[in-house]
Amino acid sequence: MTEPVKDAVAVPAAPTPRTNGRPATQFVRPTFAGLQRPSNGSINADESNSAPHPAAQRDPSRFAPRVAQRRFIASAFAALCLVATLIGVVVLAALLIDIFRDGASRLSWSMITGFPSRFADRAGIGPALAGSAWVLALTALFAFPLGVGTAIWLEEYAPNNRWRRLIEMNIANLAGVPSIVYGILGLALFVRVMSLGRSLMAAALTLALLILPVIIIASQEAIKAVPRTIRLGAYALGATRWETIKHQILPVALPGIMTGTILALSRAIGEAAPVILVGALGFVAFIPTNPSDQYTVLPFQIFNWVSRPQTAFHEVAAAASIVLLALLLSMSAIAIWLRNKYTRRS
Amino acid sequence: MSEAIRNPAGPVELEARELSVLYGETRALKYVSLKIPDRQVVSFIGPSGCGKSTLLRCFNRMNDLIPGVKIEGEALFQGRNLYGTGVDAVDVRRRIGMVFQKPNPFPKSIYDNVVFGPKINGYKGDFSELVERSLRQAALWEEVKDRLEANALSLSGGQQQRLCIARALAVEPEVLLMDEPASALDPIATQKIEDLIYDLKQDYTVVIVTHSMQQAARVSDHTAFLYMGEVVEYGPTNELFTNPREERTEAYITGRFG
Repeated sequence: MTEPVKDAVAVPAAPTPRTNGRPATQFVRPTFAGLQRPSNGSINADESNSAPHPAAQRDPSRFAPRVAQRRFIASAFAALCLVATLIGVVVLAALLIDIFRDGASRLSWSMITGFPSRFADRAGIGPALAGSAWVLALTALFAFPLGVGTAIWLEEYAPNNRWRRLIEMNIANLAGVPSIVYGILGLALFVRVMSLGRSLMAAALTLALLILPVIIIASQEAIKAVPRTIRLGAYALGATRWETIKHQILPVALPGIMTGTILALSRAIGEAAPVILVGALGFVAFIPTNPSDQYTVLPFQIFNWVSRPQTAFHEVAAAASIVLLALLLSMSAIAIWLRNKYTRRS
Repeated sequence: MSEAIRNPAGPVELEARELSVLYGETRALKYVSLKIPDRQVVSFIGPSGCGKSTLLRCFNRMNDLIPGVKIEGEALFQGRNLYGTGVDAVDVRRRIGMVFQKPNPFPKSIYDNVVFGPKINGYKGDFSELVERSLRQAALWEEVKDRLEANALSLSGGQQQRLCIARALAVEPEVLLMDEPASALDPIATQKIEDLIYDLKQDYTVVIVTHSMQQAARVSDHTAFLYMGEVVEYGPTNELFTNPREERTEAYITGRFG
């Protein structure tokens, strides 16, 4: 249908040279920020209209390839990177071997479920493990909704102005504040002002503050990664902002949000410094049963045993470290599994 | 200039009146006035950055989503200003659907893609029936009827685009805006989309932005040529391609630029 249409049009007075069946372009496209794209027509025209390629006047003296030398530099760089990797792996392996050599013999079911004791061969980590589990659950309960809510507001609702940038910058800075500082804050705010005392609640709130910036940043990244075309598709069907977020953005972003949250939580249960400040105990002879109970957590129990003079306690500490490591590794494994499960689909 | 804008006779579905769009200081669309007739196909052609997509997005208020955008003048739908007080963009977008350049199905099942719009808009009928009807309208039913629960991303590009059309039709809009709907598709998928557009105009007003003049010539009843934010010429497609009244139109359609 188009060909006869074209033929019917009067041929322009000054015929332009044709290439590949298309007229050559002399017209400069109007520029328009963000929308301009290169035209196939003009590329073809440039190729065929310009002077012949200067390959005809090759001059090898203009180049000095030095291939062997460049190859050597390339392999040297690769070797350096390998060494850097190996240093990390070897140190980590040495650490693991050391802990296992010290602690593996003390690892037993009675040690995992038992209570602490002033006799090292009877000491167990039951209360510390239960305390860590409580803190983990409560921290997640506080930090997850707050973190995800903040991320959604920053990404989807906040106007892109200097206030938003100021908030984001501060959140990024908070992620770098040493954990002991959060401990001091928790002591002042939760333990004293809110009179929560030496409770699981105070520890969980403190650790929630500590990992909040990490959850916010991870969630923001996950939300940012949802293609804009999905948002537009939802809006074009008459969805409100909330419907778009709930039905289209969050389901896509959730694996990323979960991964970030789990990694942040594993940081929280590995922390000793802030929980010491907000009042974890060195000796807890009961399993905490509600959030206002006193408690201890695994890292602090380990710290407590390591700082005793008797080497027998160091062995229990090593055994407890193995349990803590296993816990952290399984949390990382869950995060990786979640990420793989959902990224494979899309 | 005025004889270059030849508004069609008959009932008007969409109309731009001295419509301008500003991105910051840049006036991307300049005082555009034209009428789009009910249940016909109108295409907007023109080089990249000429404002044709911007004009299209004015009609379902998708420009509102771009920060710093300002709209002057009026865009009327069935005589009512879409930018007037008391008009909700959410309601506008249900009645004026849109299909995008790149197929953008939600990463969910085919079924969920179709029912999302009706669900949020409180559809009261039978969803299975609606899904079948929408997919049939988009000429996709026969290909997917046995795998409605399959992820929409497992479809081919052309099927995905037809799913997006089905999704848009499922909320029973009156107008369908298409922003280069076939530019990411191969010739066979393109032909299917074009056949579909031809069928759709029985029930819908279709406005299509396209880079392909052949496509504009094949599918549309009226064509507007935009250049640098202005409508240079608007008229019946046949006339515009065989007997353009503006020199710039002629230059563009003969391929001297663009």
